[in-house]
Amino acid sequence: MAESKVQNGVNVDALLAAREALSEAPEAAKFNWRASCKWVNGTHSHSTVDGYHGLGEEHQHKTTFSFDADHPAVFASEDNGATPVEFVLVGLASCLTAGVAAVAQNREIQLRSVQANLTGAMDIQGILGGDPDVRNGFSDVKVTFDIDADASQDDIEALVAQSQKRSAVFDIITNPTNVSVEVK
Amino acid sequence: MSQCLREHSVDHVILERGRVANSWRTERWDSLRLLTPNWQSRLPGFRYETPDADGFMTMPEVIGFIEDYADTISAPVQEGTEVTSVGAASNGFRVATDQGEWRCRTVVLASGACNRADVPVLEQDIPASIHSLTAMEYRNPDSLPPGGVMVVGASATGVQIAEEIHRSGRPVTLSVGEHVRLPRTYRSRDILWWMDAAGVLDERYDEMDDIVRARNVPSPQLVGTPERSTLDLNALTDIGVKLVGRISAVRDGKALFSGGLRNVCRLADLKMNRLLNTIDEWATDNDTNGEVDAPHRFEVTRVPDSPPLEIDLARADADGEIRSIVWATGYRPDYSWLDLPALDHKGKLRHDGGVVAVPGVYALGLNFLRRRKSSFIHGAEDDARDLAQHLVNYLDGRRARAVAALS
Repeated sequence: MAESKVQNGVNVDALLAAREALSEAPEAAKFNWRASCKWVNGTHSHSTVDGYHGLGEEHQHKTTFSFDADHPAVFASEDNGATPVEFVLVGLASCLTAGVAAVAQNREIQLRSVQANLTGAMDIQGILGGDPDVRNGFSDVKVTFDIDADASQDDIEALVAQSQKRSAVFDIITNPTNVSVEVK
Repeated sequence: MSQCLREHSVDHVILERGRVANSWRTERWDSLRLLTPNWQSRLPGFRYETPDADGFMTMPEVIGFIEDYADTISAPVQEGTEVTSVGAASNGFRVATDQGEWRCRTVVLASGACNRADVPVLEQDIPASIHSLTAMEYRNPDSLPPGGVMVVGASATGVQIAEEIHRSGRPVTLSVGEHVRLPRTYRSRDILWWMDAAGVLDERYDEMDDIVRARNVPSPQLVGTPERSTLDLNALTDIGVKLVGRISAVRDGKALFSGGLRNVCRLADLKMNRLLNTIDEWATDNDTNGEVDAPHRFEVTRVPDSPPLEIDLARADADGEIRSIVWATGYRPDYSWLDLPALDHKGKLRHDGGVVAVPGVYALGLNFLRRRKSSFIHGAEDDARDLAQHLVNYLDGRRARAVAALS
């Protein structure tokens, strides 16, 4: 592929080469992502992410990433970190944003700035058990992108739509997933 | 293909498990008409004679059209002959049928892309109280029990079936995944007229950035009716069809739907508008603007603010929302009889524009085989000509090698 004038910092050639290689070796495409979480006190917990499995072998992140989660003062907690549902919003935002950059690179669109603002609406009667008809999770998630790029409004909307189509976290949130929780 | 082979004086036979136009006779619902206008129904050296060039053939008309063509070209069809296996043999292939065995040097797979209904595995989890059938089994609304119907899939088949079932008084819920939205007419011409004129239907498989993706594009939301009406999701919403997201699971008797409905509709709107831009540019470049209406854009697809994410299927009593489910989730070819190393690990035919990975084997009529129009009736002509030429070269090459080996 010819050297692209557009530079969003995404190596699209490597991603396309990986897709090509993996179609011949589908087993290598199977990844396991992992996280560990330790209770600290109250609703405060400390999670770490360090290794994952993929391309047929173990990998290590270049450092161990750690995350504190807690509930805020209005829930009579100490607010030592973002709430778990806010982590979900962070996951969705960063996944969609990475997707926007990758798709833009592939479509030769130079990005100047990308800002996403997210709102997850929730009726806490669900988690408090106050009303059995109210679900625990978000009733609605809104994402607003503000994107400055060398492209028409339609092309920018197409970037965002394609990013959702290829987003792991968008899929995880919008579609049911089997989750098994066991106790050792 | 038979006509093209005849033009090259290649001796051949056509094996047909039933009668000519068998799948059109036996595997379609009653009200179906072709999606392509009559003027587009042409085969090598033949076209459909009708005073209504802009109309759409009914199934009996399609069957008559194909029968007439078989007669006109004196096609060497052996009807009532079901192929049970095709395998390698010395000097070519062995074709086993329920009427005896054939030996041949080349084989053309023209059995089509729609032999089996492609139903998701979650169908197994549907409660037994629900009447569940595929679009291939569906014939008309009266064959369904009274009460609500969920149609799964919003491509050409799904939207057509959803509309007629809803009009029969059975309220329809349509489960919508990725789809292709098209207006029937645009700027006073049929959308297929524009796609034909602007060269979109002639786009070649070896010019596509991603042919795998292009071959997986679902059939567009089109219907052939005398009124030439558009049948997109807005048209279905207008008559009261309820839209939900792609069905993602059936758990504890409940169907669960994706919350991504808005995005699949947005993707389809954007994609349609890109096609309309291409058409407008072509009309300007070709001075067509004076003959047709001005460019315009269609209303965006209306999506309910919060479409339901689950429906209880276990309540299939009089109060239950859903009594039957029609799976319009696509079709796939059946190659269970093909004993050749021609399939990939997913069971798809390995081929390069219809030239199958096993030398001497060819395929026709698959989605985007060589061109975007490959799965259309009129798309057969260019593909058959190209592949007949390749087949003749292959036979000549074998003959030359055989002669060289003798001398």
